[in-house]
Amino acid sequence: MSSSTTAIPSLADVAQQSAESGAADTPTKVDVDALSFFYGEKQALEGVSLSIPANQVTAFIGPSGCGKSTFLRTLNRMNDIIPRTRVVGKVAIDGDDIYAPGTDVVELRRRVGMVFQKSNPFPKSIYENIAYGLRINGMAGARSELDDRVESSLQAAALWDEVSDRLRESALALSGGQQQRLCIARALAVQPEVLLMDEPASALDPIATQRIEELVYQLKSKYTIVIVTHNMQQAARVSDRTAVFWLGKLVEYDKTSQIFTAPSEKLTEDYVTGRFG
Amino acid sequence: MASERRDRIERLIERGLQACAGLSVLVTAGILVVLLVETLQFFREVSPFEFLFGTVWTPLFLQKSFGVLPLVGGTLLVSFIAMSVAGPAGLLTAIYLSEYAPSRVRRVVKPVLEVLAGVPTVVYGYFALLFVTPLLQQLIPGLSGFNALSPGLVMGIMILPMVSSLSEDALHGVPRGLREAAYALGATKMQTTVRVVLPAALSGISAAGILAVSRAIGETMIVTIAAGQQPRLTANPLVPIETMTAYIVQVSLGDTPTGTLAYRTIFAVGMLLFVSTFLLNLVSNWLRERFREEYA
Amino acid sequence: MTRRLRNQLLDHLLHGAGMAATLLGLVVLGALLFDIFSDGLGRISWDFLTSFPSRRAENAGIYAALAGTVWVISFTALLAVPLGIGAAIFLEEYAARGGWSRVIEINIANLAGVPSVIYGLLGLGLLVRTLALGRSVIAGAATLALLVLPVVILSSREALRAVSPSLREASYALGATKWQTIWHQVLPVALPGMLTGMILALSRAIGETAPLITIGALTYVPFAPAGIWSPFTVLPIQVFNWVSRPQEAFLENAAAGIIVLLALLLAMNGAAAWLRDRFQQ
Ligand SMILES: Nc1ncnc2c1ncn2[C@@H]1O[C@H](COP(=O)(O)OP(=O)(O)OP(=O)(O)O)[C@@H](O)[C@H]1O
Ligand SMILES: [Mg+2]
Repeated sequence: MSSSTTAIPSLADVAQQSAESGAADTPTKVDVDALSFFYGEKQALEGVSLSIPANQVTAFIGPSGCGKSTFLRTLNRMNDIIPRTRVVGKVAIDGDDIYAPGTDVVELRRRVGMVFQKSNPFPKSIYENIAYGLRINGMAGARSELDDRVESSLQAAALWDEVSDRLRESALALSGGQQQRLCIARALAVQPEVLLMDEPASALDPIATQRIEELVYQLKSKYTIVIVTHNMQQAARVSDRTAVFWLGKLVEYDKTSQIFTAPSEKLTEDYVTGRFG
Repeated sequence: MASERRDRIERLIERGLQACAGLSVLVTAGILVVLLVETLQFFREVSPFEFLFGTVWTPLFLQKSFGVLPLVGGTLLVSFIAMSVAGPAGLLTAIYLSEYAPSRVRRVVKPVLEVLAGVPTVVYGYFALLFVTPLLQQLIPGLSGFNALSPGLVMGIMILPMVSSLSEDALHGVPRGLREAAYALGATKMQTTVRVVLPAALSGISAAGILAVSRAIGETMIVTIAAGQQPRLTANPLVPIETMTAYIVQVSLGDTPTGTLAYRTIFAVGMLLFVSTFLLNLVSNWLRERFREEYA
Repeated sequence: MTRRLRNQLLDHLLHGAGMAATLLGLVVLGALLFDIFSDGLGRISWDFLTSFPSRRAENAGIYAALAGTVWVISFTALLAVPLGIGAAIFLEEYAARGGWSRVIEINIANLAGVPSVIYGLLGLGLLVRTLALGRSVIAGAATLALLVLPVVILSSREALRAVSPSLREASYALGATKWQTIWHQVLPVALPGMLTGMILALSRAIGETAPLITIGALTYVPFAPAGIWSPFTVLPIQVFNWVSRPQEAFLENAAAGIIVLLALLLAMNGAAAWLRDRFQQ
């Protein structure tokens, strides 16, 4: 639980990777190279390359329909379930190409968790929502162990105090913000390494949004977080790095402070200052 | 290794589910094979020409004759009577429910009409034989106890809900814009309905009508109970007749030994029934697809 | 002016004709129910429900047919429900659009329109003779199962389609396999809708007469089925048998049998409606 773990790079190839990418201040977790994506004939992403550093928050911004969600979903191969889609290029996590033949997609999705724009808890009890991922991944173990993991996941998502006395009640009875934190807790329960969040707060009121933002900030010590947002301030508040998308292309990718104060692209400047989008 | 085992289980499950879906194709194949095998055997002894164009049907008598036209004629006669009830009444019901009726009325009437479609056919048979026929006999003195008219009328009522609900769907499918354009020109509801909505929904309504004909041809118990068992080629709705379906039931009720010619007749008649309803269903589906494409 | 008047008149005419046509269906339904209840209600008694058929109308009862219907429909459900749901899951969750699955889809739609008496011929040729199941409960149940299979598949698919895709995504995102997702998340949500469809399909099967007569179900059975190999009769066949007799007293029995049949159907449809309301949100 101590925050010191954050700073300690644990992998042997860290040195090599940071030497390669140079700019990154922590080792690269996800490395995307010349990625293009097609929905049937329609191209949604075009030659996107970027490296996402471990234990940092990376934000994707850009106008509606520019491909942020599509890109996010290529990182855990969620687009596989949409028929007639095609991927070109390379996505590597910890150096392994996740589109290589023989990749265990199920295991990949366990390692790369996801939180959706509209909270989508299962229509079951709060407890079962968390326990499900543990059970299907064979992480359930004994009853007491399961209880412990459910509790720690809810605690990690800052929801435990609000629901500890009603774990057996339906998750659908929670408020919108609570539901979204439950979805985060559910994703954390299976111990992912990367957490993908697609506009996790867009359906929430300001207070609930703030709680999610605080949570994101706390979680980055243990997880690599990628967050899509429409809210410029949110990107500025929570992220270390920001990628700007426009019409399926990556326009600019840099430290968040850089993007918001001294963007090198005109498009970025127009977008972050609200001239379009 | 764990993932290999998991993938194997997943594939196994998928195969199993696929087999369930494939079973439906086997059912069709089964129907075709069973009907074909017996029908071909039948045609070894009776020429297809005699079967299809002969006008006397007495396969169960000593003096055997295998002309199926009397059964076809009986089937068509009853279906025609049924459609002259279900067609106009079903369409008018659909027009009323979709264009005129307040939504409160629609909410009550629609489920009640559905009940009509859910009543077992043997119940309609009872009703035709013991209520409608005696009633009609008071109006039409020459009506025999078994006849085509009474089961035809009752069958019309039975398929009415199908015609009305499918036609209503078709009427609903007509874009609102078309209607509004007509109203904007000062047309009454009737003018809008007759000149704009009905023509636009024509293919959908025809699909409903054809499906209803197919249902009428295949309907069995009403005619078995109330139309009699006398195959005869006539357009007179007041005398006993026999339909293809009723003939199949008649033979099944007796103890005709397997493998005899009489036993095979029911498969030959069944084949004719299957092919004709199948073709009608195809045409109906095709029309419905066309309607859907027009207003997709 | 006269033209406008004429148009208005025609408008009222169409309105009136539509109303009359709608009433026609309702009136006939009323007449049918009235006729049957006035003919048969007097015969309904505990004895009628628990007696075997008899050559003497006033002693005859519906018990053998009622038991036969319960036996046959239970096994119809046992066969049709898993097969139908399996097929629906495959078509809805696994099969790619087009190609083979399109063939299966068209085939199912066509099967739904095949006259029921044809299923009787299939049962007779395939189940009773070729597979030598005889005129047994299981042959009858299998015949009806094939008959209702298209309906079961179509309604199950509808129930599956109504499950939000976001639920599936949530499950996949946790590292669930396809089957885990379907089994743990999709099916529980789709189940009430599926059950409603099943009950309606089975209530159709309960009223079927022709296919069972065609496979050779008996019309006079003075015993309840003892097992799946037992000969049987069912309610509508018993009704048919009584209708075919000339004596007035047997016709009364037929009406009473119909009342029992309708009561059974009403109960099933009530259950389906209750399920639908209960789980519809
Ligand atoms: N399932 C799909 N099938 C076909 N096209 C799609 C599909 N999903 C997205 N698209 C298209 O791909 C493009 C990128 O969509 P995407 O959802 O990734 O955009 P986005 O940046 O997330 O937008 P938003 O901010 O509105 O969520 C859009 O033009 C969209 O219409
Ligand atoms: Mg999006």
